[in-house]
Amino acid sequence: MKLIFEKGSEGRKLSILGTCDVPVSLPEEQFLRKEAADLPQVSETEISRHYSALERRAHGVNNGFYPLGSCTMKYNPAIDEEMAALPGFTRIHPLQDEESTQGALEVLELMEKKLSAITGLDQFTFQPAAGAHGEFTGLLVIKSYHRDRRDNARTKIIVPDSAHGTNPASAAMCGYEVVNIPSAPDGCVDLDALRAAVGPDTAGLMLTNPNTVGIFDKNIEEITRIIHEAGGLCYYDGANLNAIMGIARPGDMGFDVMHINLHKTFATPHGGGGPGSGPVGVRKELGCFLPGVRPVRGEDGKLHLQAPEKSMGSMRSFIGNFLVVVKALTYVTMLGREGVLEASRNAVLNANYMRKQLEDIFPAAYPVTCMHEFVISLDELHKETGVSALDAAKALLDYGIHPPTMYFPLIVHEALMIEPTETETKETMDEAIQALREIYQKAHENPEALHQAPLKAAISRPDEVQAARKPRLTYGMDA
Amino acid sequence: MNIPEELKYTKSHEWVKECEDGTAYVGLTDFAQSELSDLVFVNLPEVGDDVEAGETFADVESVKAASDVYSPVTGTVAEINEELLDAPEKINEDPYGAWLVKVENITDTVDLLDCAAYEQLLEEEA
Repeated sequence: MKLIFEKGSEGRKLSILGTCDVPVSLPEEQFLRKEAADLPQVSETEISRHYSALERRAHGVNNGFYPLGSCTMKYNPAIDEEMAALPGFTRIHPLQDEESTQGALEVLELMEKKLSAITGLDQFTFQPAAGAHGEFTGLLVIKSYHRDRRDNARTKIIVPDSAHGTNPASAAMCGYEVVNIPSAPDGCVDLDALRAAVGPDTAGLMLTNPNTVGIFDKNIEEITRIIHEAGGLCYYDGANLNAIMGIARPGDMGFDVMHINLHKTFATPHGGGGPGSGPVGVRKELGCFLPGVRPVRGEDGKLHLQAPEKSMGSMRSFIGNFLVVVKALTYVTMLGREGVLEASRNAVLNANYMRKQLEDIFPAAYPVTCMHEFVISLDELHKETGVSALDAAKALLDYGIHPPTMYFPLIVHEALMIEPTETETKETMDEAIQALREIYQKAHENPEALHQAPLKAAISRPDEVQAARKPRLTYGMDA
Repeated sequence: MNIPEELKYTKSHEWVKECEDGTAYVGLTDFAQSELSDLVFVNLPEVGDDVEAGETFADVESVKAASDVYSPVTGTVAEINEELLDAPEKINEDPYGAWLVKVENITDTVDLLDCAAYEQLLEEEA
């Protein structure tokens, strides 16, 4: 397929733009470019066909099964888009008079109430634009809390090895020292290691729960108690919230701060279809540190945007990706209290169905009832046949299935992490199970063929090593 | 698996070559490079940096994973193998030739394994 730069011809352009009817105002001379930018010169039809062709070569939830573990690629209901397209939401500006945007502010107030009911935490900021941005924000809340108490000795954040990779990265970004603690053989946090790790230098703990192997930590209340007794705060990575919505609440488990990935749990498009939204929720006592402005209902009964008393500042412009919040609010409102509960129950049921059906060929790394996702290890298959998790993942593409997350978490060898989500039917899952069974069989009969997969995808297998060692990230205009 | 007899090893799969002048070369073992698969990036300390036995001093990245490298010794970095920065594949091609750093002023060492003990460790881990 040709790139957009390789299409069109000199001087070709759209003719539909009308004549400019406002005065032309150019920047100062020094800011003007000396030569015209080398832009593609194509007709509208060419552009339209080009991007439609690209779309056909991509894979989204609308094209097929997308069991990408840890990413919650559930169906995004069309009504969410309809609501987010309402002119009352799209044709407003954050600097507009509050009087005229009461409806939009009410969206934030309502969403905060719903998230609060689901998580057990009191106040939220919608500024963070994604999950890791939320982690960074949440840790800055923890840092603000300790600083406010003049407790400057707390320099360490404890992160179990079954956490999301972004957890230690976020802690390091905040200037914290990361203390990694191992998992016990059952996949849960090793309590003895945790007890040994805490002290007067503990700022807090970051826990991904259910963790990256799909297990709900059975000692969760003991974990938060250990941290609190040491004087630290507990951060809950809510990326896997889809497993527990309406069933268990991080606030009740003793967590002080958490982020939620609206783009995962609350069905807004992501993975190229973004943008995301990673609101951070905190206990009431920590609300004063939240970033940006929040809608607060005044005595006049109207909503006013106010910065919290000891706010850390701003993590992003205005109130974050507002239209994502509109979509998420639509989603959660359409589901209702019962629907939210059912979504999580089905997500867990689907994951366990697939786990059980694959057990005889691809046993789960931790053979216990999982939450919304599970991790299988292809270590044995790899040793026996030379077929790796990468080969199996690539082979799934030939079945029209997006591969599961691979080689993560690192604590499982040749890992594939499967998250079917609640919106998939039994038939879809059965097809994927059948595909994995066929791949297993092929691995024993003709492993060489699987090293070549995919054969039917839009592109053949890229050379990942060369792509990483000698990347070509721009199009060479002169080449 | 290639485990040269003249070298010492760590449980975290680094090798150490102790020189007569009291300095030591440190690299990744054949097992480490084969587990990591094709390396695409190496991040080394700078000459003059202090390294501490048992603490991370470098990191390597393959298409599969990023991994810390732990120092077997406490000392000062005397030299780094700059060639690796542009050609991390040398670690895959020749793990015992592609040293990462040369350390001097060594004051401490982690418990090192000899060739036989390291071989046994690999067997246990397999």
